Amino acid sequence: MKHIFKIIAMLVAVSAIWIALLETATVPRSYTWLLPIYLVVALGCYGLFMVGFGLMFFPTCPQEAVLLQQDILEAKEFLSKKGVDVGSE
Amino acid sequence: MADDAGGGRREYSIIVPTYNERLNVALIVYLIFKHLPDVNFEIIIVDDGSPDGTQDIVKQLQQVYGENRVLLRARLRKLGLGTAYLHGLKHASGDFVVIMDADLSHHPKYLPSFIRKQKETGADVVTGTRYVQNGGVHGWNLMRKLTSRGANVLAQTLLQPGASDLTGSFRLYKRNVLEDLISSCVSKGYVFQMEMIVRATRKGYHIEEVPITFVDRVFGTSKLGGSEIVEYLKGLVYLLLTT
Ligand SMILES: Nc1nc2c(ncn2[C@@H]2O[C@H](COP(=O)(O)OP(=O)(O)OP(=O)(O)O)[C@@H](O)[C@H]2O)c(=O)[nH]1
Ligand SMILES: [Mg+2]
Repeated sequence: MKHIFKIIAMLVAVSAIWIALLETATVPRSYTWLLPIYLVVALGCYGLFMVGFGLMFFPTCPQEAVLLQQDILEAKEFLSKKGVDVGSE
Repeated sequence: MADDAGGGRREYSIIVPTYNERLNVALIVYLIFKHLPDVNFEIIIVDDGSPDGTQDIVKQLQQVYGENRVLLRARLRKLGLGTAYLHGLKHASGDFVVIMDADLSHHPKYLPSFIRKQKETGADVVTGTRYVQNGGVHGWNLMRKLTSRGANVLAQTLLQPGASDLTGSFRLYKRNVLEDLISSCVSKGYVFQMEMIVRATRKGYHIEEVPITFVDRVFGTSKLGGSEIVEYLKGLVYLLLTT
């Protein structure tokens, strides 16, 4: 099944529940009307939280840049001995 | 043992596409040989007629390492990354194919862990991921990190792609799996890597991940760039509609 249909199916299911709530009025109508807004806000919060969390714990590796420089020097030394032109860029 | 003469079959074919990577290609070939001393592999360099003389360097490398270990499979013009992989694959003799960038953001020291992971799990695809413990990125500013995180959260939520690093392209494939995936992927450039891994997930292939670190390129210039975000979003929509 195409993924977009899964998403649409979920949206339809959520709307159906919402409409059912509106119709049966188990919860006061005025509350039910606000539910979609809460949902959107909740989704937005989830997104922001995930991005913010990811940003705070973004894995970085400054030491790798240093190691890479050493590898580059080593490679250049070996290769120039073997006659490979690594002089200029 | 790995140095057997003759053009016999190899176990691993490492495809490295290059465009103006004169210095990087030499460094990466050295590092691959350094980190895979006992592995029967070949390196297939797909160069698209780089004006900076990348191919001259490759020929010098062939003198050092042998023409049967370092293969130059050049094309006349710059025809893009996606077709470069396909071109390399046509000339690959290995049962497993590794795809990596030439610009040293993909460090060959991780190759043994890709190979080990594949052997341990029998995976169809082993993909390098930057966003886990022991992985990481160096050289990105805050903006780049922010876009990367945003893009990732969006894709993980909407697409459920089955891998934590969608746009990384340091991967090991079973040869027939790569052939199958390439033939069913139509995207170009940036989105191509994303499409490959999402289709692999949807087709039910066994995917494993290994941590890699990613140091932004030191030498040479970037060939992608520009409207990456727009491309990404277009790719996301395309994948939502077709996979
Ligand atoms: N054969 C071939 N190789 C290419 C082409 N475009 C890019 N490449 C190579 O593909 C690899 C990835 O390209 P990069 O320019 O590093 O793309 P990137 O990693 O997204 O961008 P930066 O690392 O930020 O510059 C490098 O090894 C390039 O030399 C192409 O049209 N043909
Ligand atoms: Mg790069």
